Amino acid sequence: MIDPLSVFLLLLSASTPILFAALGELVAERAGVLNLGVEGMMITGALAGFAAAYASGNPFLGFAAAALAGALISFLFVVLTQVFLANQVASGLALTLFGLGLAAMFGKPFEGVKAPPMPAGPLDINWIVWLGLAMVPAVWWFLNRSRPGLILRGVGENHDAAHALGYGVRATRMAAIAFGGAMAGVGGAFISIATVLQWTEGMTAGAGWIALAIVVFSRWTAPGVLAGAWLFGGVTVLQLRLQAAGVQVPVQLLSMAPYLATILVLVLISARQKFSRRGGGAAPGSLGLNFHALR
Amino acid sequence: MTANVFRAERIGKSYPGVRANDEVSFAVAAGEIHALLGENGAGKSTLVKMIYGLVRPDDGRMWLGDALYAPTDPRAARQSGVAMVFQHFSLFDALTVAENIALGMENPPPRRELAARITQVSHDFGLPLNPGRRIVTLSAGERQRVEIIRCLLQNPRLLIMDEPTSVLTPQEAELLFATLRKLAAKGTAILYISHKLEEIRAHCDRATILRHGRVVDSCDPRAHSARELAAMMVGGEMRAIDRSGRQAGEVLLKVQGLSQPAPSAEGTALKEVALTLRAGEILGIGGVAGNGQEELLAALSGEVRSTPGTVLLDGRDLSTEGPEPRRIAGLLAAPEDRLGHAAVPDFSLAENTLLTAGARKGLVRGGLIDHGGARAYAEAVIRDFDVRTPGPGAAARALSGGNLQKFVIGREVMQDPRVLVVNQPTWGVDAGAAAAVRQSLLDLARKGAGIIVISQDLDELLELSDRFCALNEGRLSNPLSTKGLTLDSIGLMLGGAHGMEEARA
Repeated sequence: MIDPLSVFLLLLSASTPILFAALGELVAERAGVLNLGVEGMMITGALAGFAAAYASGNPFLGFAAAALAGALISFLFVVLTQVFLANQVASGLALTLFGLGLAAMFGKPFEGVKAPPMPAGPLDINWIVWLGLAMVPAVWWFLNRSRPGLILRGVGENHDAAHALGYGVRATRMAAIAFGGAMAGVGGAFISIATVLQWTEGMTAGAGWIALAIVVFSRWTAPGVLAGAWLFGGVTVLQLRLQAAGVQVPVQLLSMAPYLATILVLVLISARQKFSRRGGGAAPGSLGLNFHALR
Repeated sequence: MTANVFRAERIGKSYPGVRANDEVSFAVAAGEIHALLGENGAGKSTLVKMIYGLVRPDDGRMWLGDALYAPTDPRAARQSGVAMVFQHFSLFDALTVAENIALGMENPPPRRELAARITQVSHDFGLPLNPGRRIVTLSAGERQRVEIIRCLLQNPRLLIMDEPTSVLTPQEAELLFATLRKLAAKGTAILYISHKLEEIRAHCDRATILRHGRVVDSCDPRAHSARELAAMMVGGEMRAIDRSGRQAGEVLLKVQGLSQPAPSAEGTALKEVALTLRAGEILGIGGVAGNGQEELLAALSGEVRSTPGTVLLDGRDLSTEGPEPRRIAGLLAAPEDRLGHAAVPDFSLAENTLLTAGARKGLVRGGLIDHGGARAYAEAVIRDFDVRTPGPGAAARALSGGNLQKFVIGREVMQDPRVLVVNQPTWGVDAGAAAAVRQSLLDLARKGAGIIVISQDLDELLELSDRFCALNEGRLSNPLSTKGLTLDSIGLMLGGAHGMEEARA
């Protein structure tokens, strides 16, 4: 039998990597930056975090290193898109490929070793899971209630107007991208340090792409990101349980389920026209557009 | 005379290849509405950008009150008491009124207090606004209120307004001027930029006239006629428009029962549109933007097809035909958006002629492009319409708005259409080029073509058209002869515009 409480606890854990990555991408997209490099930043964080945790024996040091590594590799994207004004979609894809390759190369020495144990937090739930949950209201408050958050949304909605009012479009976007990188890094490290407890090549397995989908699905809101991450995490846990229970459904179909469910909900939401500008559910007006100030 | 609030002394600014401003000196007194007058490209925008701190002057000095004033960015300008309402609204569509206003203030109060102050100040000035609404849901007039309230909340000493009435109905414009007069009475200095001469004559206390980046004159606009002011602006007499020699002939275009659903959530549905256009006639269609202008043009050009029997040219049903068969039949259109809709930005002018003139001018034969012919046709348009460009090989995006507009209109006019539909033919075009475009439309009508001019510029419609109808929420009113029509009566025809109550009070 499937016990709801244990499923929920597993769900929290399964959704945490995507929750971090998607919250980071949410902030970047709200600033008008479409960074498709989430997967690459996650895998970089997964390796850097694992390596630092293994070397120091302190998993929390690992997460700090993962955040730093994610932010550092996102700087590549900053240089390409904010300095050289390269196409954001192409730069993001390049970042993903680069991150995956880089991590595979430097990850060789860490294959087969085990991560240091992680002390459990309150209610026997991982500290990083708590941190992820706390980030949801924090990001919501930042975007909707704080002055820097308002400026960030302004930059993402109409960069020409933001510039005309004297706000630094490029600086705001650089900070948002770096935040997105750090969050993706922590999300990736959660997989290697807290879930799998070891390093394997390509271990993020498309979580970055799901995070990107969830940002759209959330209609660019923090609570929506949480709902999306939980949906994906929930279906993941459920299908694992069903597999373990030996249900007579092909394993391939079950493994597909979380991705299918996410896409299905995305389609259903967009079919119901929840993305109109009047309702405030539309993509930021300057999303994916490069800004060039005419002086 | 009260003290000067703002003074500029010999300020100048150069861009590569252009001297945008040269030795510009002028002053604005407290309580004065001061007009800055000039054609497009005369340097008005550069000048106000320097005052608002967006651009730094190369030389010269500015004073605000008694203190030297050299803002490093717009935030510094706002802190010094300078506020600006932009020509193209600097608003954030998806954000609320209150959020937009907070972004335009240096030290906004907490949210609730700000909302209360917006409500209060907007009522004090007779410009009611709901702070919680999103900008996308507002009309152009309401959007401008947001910009104005944003400035008012900062109690500016100098308020800059960059062509604020270009998107407003006459009633909305009246409301705006009433607000400005209230502000001026409280001692605020107002710098008002426009090229609408009548408006400046009616409302401004003083005018500084710019030409090619220099101050050429300064005068009391009330003491001069619009014609004299225009002459100062362009540096010579304006050629009067020649409307003579036109005769309304047989019916060319008949539109009946044309209804279309809205193409998008932000679009407008067309409702039972009917019109008749005769040879040699110009029909003007006015209305506030977003009332179905683009949709009507699309339905006439063939971009959107309609139910059979709704669009007839010479009695032939074209309703279900696309743009190319309609062009061959003689129904041509020039859309509002020059760059991207009427012309491909990265194509050369020669290539751009192929987009609409391919069939009628025989530039495409047996599926192959006649490049020599396209070049020759582009050269002819450039010559006859005085398009300032190096040649037919120049990319469309390299042309200024006014020059590209002349090219786009010329491309259609020189195909000798039976019926030509144009939307906003002179939007953002300076006075000289606008006059040339209008004259070309009149000349075309004289040769027996029927023309539909869709525009928001009511002066233009009155100048050009024989009959006038208003487009309001996708409905077309019955046409009226323009003889004896005044701006006021047209404004009422446009009806349903927002904020009319205040304007009537």
